[in-house]
Parts: sequence; C-alpha cells; structure tokens
Amino acid sequence: MTTSAMTPPDRHATGLLTKPDEFLQLITPSGERRHDSELDRWVEDVDLDALRALHLDMSVVRRLDTEATALQRQGELGLWPPLAGQEAAQIGSARALRDDDFAFTSYREHAVAWVRGVGPADLLRVWRGAAASGWNPFEHGMAVPQIIIGAQALHATGWAMGAKWEGSDAAAVAYFGDGATSEGDVNEALVFAASFDAPVVFLCQNNQWAISEPVGLQSRQPLARRADGFGIPGIRVDGNDVLAVMATTRMALDRARRGEGPTFIEAVTYRMGPHTTADDPKRYRGEEELASWRERDPIARVRALLEASGADVEALEREAAERADRMAAELRAAITSIADPEPLSVFDHVYAEPHAHLERQREHYTRYLDQFEGGAR
Amino acid sequence: MTALTLGGALNAGLRRSLAGDDRVVLLGEDIGTLGGVFRITDGLKAEFGAHRVVDTPLSEAGIIGTAVGLAYRGYRPVVEIQFDGFIYPGFDQIVAQVAKLHYRSRGNVRMPITIRVPFGGGIGAAEHHSESPEAYFAHTAGLRVVACSDAADAYVMIQQAIASDDPVLFFEPKRRYHVKGEVDESASLADAKPLGVASVVASGTDVTLVTYGALVQTARDAAIAAQDDGVSIEVIDLRSLSPMDLTTVASSVRRTGRLVIAHEAGQQVGLGAEIAASITERCFEFLEAAPVRVTGHDIPYPPAKLERHHLPDLDRILDGVDRALGRPNSLSGVEA
Repeated sequence: MTTSAMTPPDRHATGLLTKPDEFLQLITPSGERRHDSELDRWVEDVDLDALRALHLDMSVVRRLDTEATALQRQGELGLWPPLAGQEAAQIGSARALRDDDFAFTSYREHAVAWVRGVGPADLLRVWRGAAASGWNPFEHGMAVPQIIIGAQALHATGWAMGAKWEGSDAAAVAYFGDGATSEGDVNEALVFAASFDAPVVFLCQNNQWAISEPVGLQSRQPLARRADGFGIPGIRVDGNDVLAVMATTRMALDRARRGEGPTFIEAVTYRMGPHTTADDPKRYRGEEELASWRERDPIARVRALLEASGADVEALEREAAERADRMAAELRAAITSIADPEPLSVFDHVYAEPHAHLERQREHYTRYLDQFEGGAR
Repeated sequence: MTALTLGGALNAGLRRSLAGDDRVVLLGEDIGTLGGVFRITDGLKAEFGAHRVVDTPLSEAGIIGTAVGLAYRGYRPVVEIQFDGFIYPGFDQIVAQVAKLHYRSRGNVRMPITIRVPFGGGIGAAEHHSESPEAYFAHTAGLRVVACSDAADAYVMIQQAIASDDPVLFFEPKRRYHVKGEVDESASLADAKPLGVASVVASGTDVTLVTYGALVQTARDAAIAAQDDGVSIEVIDLRSLSPMDLTTVASSVRRTGRLVIAHEAGQQVGLGAEIAASITERCFEFLEAAPVRVTGHDIPYPPAKLERHHLPDLDRILDGVDRALGRPNSLSGVEA
C-alpha cells in the first residue's frame, strides 16, 4: 500500500513516483476492506449506513444512465454519453463536496449533477436538444457541463483563485478525463493553480479511453505523475472504489481549504459503455478487456463489503431497485414535460444587454415567420 | 478637463473602474510590477494590490480561461493581451467559452469580461506585434467589439466596457497611445455616448469615410487635405465593431451618396465588406457609386521596412475617395 501519496513533491518524491502501477484502494474488487494509515481517517465517519447510502447512490445513477441510454434508442434523446462504470469515481468525489464548493465538469458527470441536486428534466433537456443547458449553475454549485475537452479546468482554477482572494474556504473541483490531460487548457490550469495556490482539486477520471484512443496515446506514464512537474501533489486512486475516491477527494479538499493549494487526483476507472450513444466501441476494444473490468465493478464490491459486514443486502437491493425504478419513472415523465423551445428563443441570451444588430435580425425573422399561419409560434 | 495621452486616459479609466467596483480585477502578463509593456496599467498594482492587478503566467488561454472562472465567481475581469498577434492561443477560450457562456447557460452566467488588445501597425515592430484581428471577433456571436481612437473616448469607453454585462473585446490603437487629448475625468458615464454608437468626427457633404482605431486620425487628416481640393469628407469613427452603428453610417451615406471604408486589416471577408454590403442593402438608391474599401493587403503583416506599403495612409485613403467620386485615381481605366 502506498502511504506517502500526499507528500508534496517539493519535499521528496511521492510513493506514486516509485510505484507507478499502484493506486490507493480501500475496498478490493472482491469487497475486502483494506486499511491505509493515511486514507482511513478521511472516511472514519463512513459507517454501514453511510456505505449503504453510497451503494444506493451508485445503483440509482447506474439506472439513470441505463434509462437515458434507452430513451436515446427510442428517439427521445438526440445523444447520451453514458457514465456506466464510473459511478464510484463520480459519487465518491461529489459526496465529498460542500454546498458552497463548485464543480466544473465535462459532459459525462451525470452522477455529479445528480448528487448536486439536478432534477431529471434538467439533466435531460440538453441531450434532447431542447435547450443549450439544463440548470442554473448557481442553484447547484455546478457549472454548465463542458464539451470542449479540458476547457473547464481553467474555469475551476479561476473560480478558485477568486474564492481564495475573498478569504473563502470554498473549493472548486475540475472533472475531466484522461484525454483532456493532453489539452493545453488542462496543463495551463495546473500552472495557474500551482502559481496562485488555488483551492482547486483536479479530478481526472482515467476511464482508459478517449473515444477510440487508449490512454497510452495520451501519456507514457501514470497521469498522476504529471502533477509532479507542476509542483502539485498527484494521487492515483482506484476509481472504482467509492471509499478511496471519497477519502482522497476529502483529503484534497481539506488541503485546498487550508490554503495549501491544488491537488491532482487520477481516479483509475473504466468507461463500460460507448463514448456516446453514437459510438461503437467494438471497433476499438475487445470483450476480454470489458470482462476484466466487469470484475472490478464499483457497485458489486460495495455490496460484497456490506454483505461481509453483516448488512441485509437483499433489503438493500430491494430499496435500490425501488429507488431506481422511481428514478426511471421520473426520467420518463420528465421527457414529456420538456417543451419544445419557441422559435424566436434562438435569439435569447446571446447578449446580456441589447445588441442592435441582433435585435434587427430577430425583428426580420419575426416578420418572416409572421407570414405563416400561427406566426412565430 | 485634463490633457492626457490615450494611454494615460486608459490608465485613468482603469483606475476609476478599479476604485469604483472591487469586483474589477486586472489580469495579464507584465501588467503589475512593470505596469504593462505599454505602461497602460502603470501604478495600479501599487495602488490596488496584487489581487486586483495580477501578473499571470505566460498563457493567453490561461488568462482568459481563469477570467471565465472569475466571472463565474462574480468578478469583472479585465484581461490584457500584450500584443494583437498573441491573442490566438486564447482564441478557443474567447470564442467557445467567453462568447457563448451567457447563451449556453440561458442567461444565468454573465461574462462581464473586458479583453484589452493593443492593435494595429505603424510602430516598426517585429512579427506578431502589428496585427488587426478584430474581424475574427466581430464575426463571433456573443462578443462585443469596440475600438477607441482618442484619449477622451479611451477614458470613457474602457469604463463602459468594464461596466458592460457582456464580454467586450477592447481594441486600443497602440500607435496612438502617446497622442494627447482633453479628457473630462469628472464626467459621468451615464451622460456619455453609449458604447455601441458611432461618432461623426468631421462633417462633410461629398463622401462618407468610415474607419476606426488608429486610422481615425489619418482619416481626419485626409478630410482636411481634401478640403484644399474642394472635396468635403464626412469622417465617421465607428467606435463599435459589434454591433456596428450602421444607422449613423446610413444616415450619412444618404446625404453624401458615396462610401469609403478604411481599415488596417486585410480586405477579404473583413469589416469593410460587411459595412459595404449592409450600407448597400440599406442605401442602394442613395448611392452614386459603389462603396470603396481601402485596407491592408491580404498578406501576413510585413516586416517593418515594408509596413508603409501595407498600411492605408492619407494618400491611399484620398485615392479611395477619388475612386468613390469618379475622379482620376490609381485604378482609373482598370476593370473592376
């Protein structure tokens, strides 16, 4: 077990640098609880009830994901980027956040949105093509999901710089994937975060694949080791272990709140599904690989741990199934509640203040539509 | 009234914005301790502190991307891009994030970011230090684009840009930084000409000459020179490039019947094309001649010893005016 993962690189090399193939883990794939002298204290409050709650979270978002994928297949959604396989990385980290923290995510962090209180209709409307985004970021402490790969890492860093200047102990979390680590924006964010000691956690979900490109094309070494070059502690954690992800995120957030600056967490996980519903992963990866990751399922190992701890797992699964069914029903109901947008709303919110050219364009298009029965409606 | 250089007026305007709103922060390379390579932010770090006037790492995407995050947090960031030709590494953050976040967030997230860009040539500089990239940004929905041309406007417009809830690309005519003008530092912003409105800076009756930035002074000089020739030129300083105040331009062209547009940027798919097309649409029956563009060539910005052959100057502008008037000119007899 690596024990010195949090040692800042300006003192001496982290355990990660000497053991690049290892990661921090608190629950083995078979459900055995491992102990770690550094991590344990960050989750000592996670008792059986809390573990049950995490199991429930993960089960519900998995169903959310399955259901949304089905809705895409049925033509109700234009596209859906499934999160299946990444439940622990997202739930473990998002459950570590405070309400006044701010998450800047990519487009796959549905579980983070769910934890941040985003409702079903708000989760789906953008994927239905009915709106440019789903929710008011300030109501959920979560930015509009980002499609440009890695761009949000800089936004998180800027937000964190501002929080620090105000004397707040709130922190930002930037969620991105392995592919994003090749982008300039992510690297520049690491520079800015380090230079300004910004209270930001870089949470990289290394899900092994950037559409068809394996992580080996992005990096010749574990991604967490990149952090060392920026003077930022890098932690490599089992991203399918909800407890270890929660512990490392809490540790990193605490560091940020104490003014000690950013942390880079590489959560090693796997995208079990396609990149999006438009993708065909059979073209670039084999069933064998998928099968090996199925054995490391993030939900199954928590179930096994709960069972070994004497919890009534059948009752737990019944509750999970009920909650998941309810979520699925809510999603289906939500789809029908999403109204098609009004034609002239294409002009809304381009600017916060009136813009003469756009007003003229809107007026002209209104006149055009008015020729038809029902006009602009 | 105080006599200030254009650069000094920007400095005074930035100081007033910093003093008036503690959410205003300045970000850029060398803007703090050094006061900026053009000294536009001189003294501001000492006055307002390192958290208000922030020397950043050398990363344009980093500066603009963190400004987006600061805007999310409620700040009004003012970014300095050191030179026009250095803006491209930040292009994605500007067009994909700054420009679109208000729309993408359905009006929930405002991006009151001002991006200051010293632009244009005529200073004998090395490559990448003399460009006019304004059309890229005027083409991008969600951005406002303005260019000041004198000290009085610089002082007011920089404060208006910072006060705007929309992102503003603020182009500064770097070769006029040292030109002095009278500035009313006590003037209220509420009484000032709005940011999106053009100025008629010289009245005339024969030709409407539209320009912005450093060429406004050149155009005024051209108008004075033309008087000797009996030609009366109306000069319009566009001031705002997105939106463009085509109402002011059209009203002038309806009187003069002739339109010349001058800019340092190349001609192809430039602002001149947009102005010519828009004014033709609005004023076709008033036009006595086709609109004329006097622009930089469609070349990479040339070495300093050649820039006088690239930049429109007084004589090239007057040659364009002659074309609009149907008088003998360099293209007489050449088929369009």
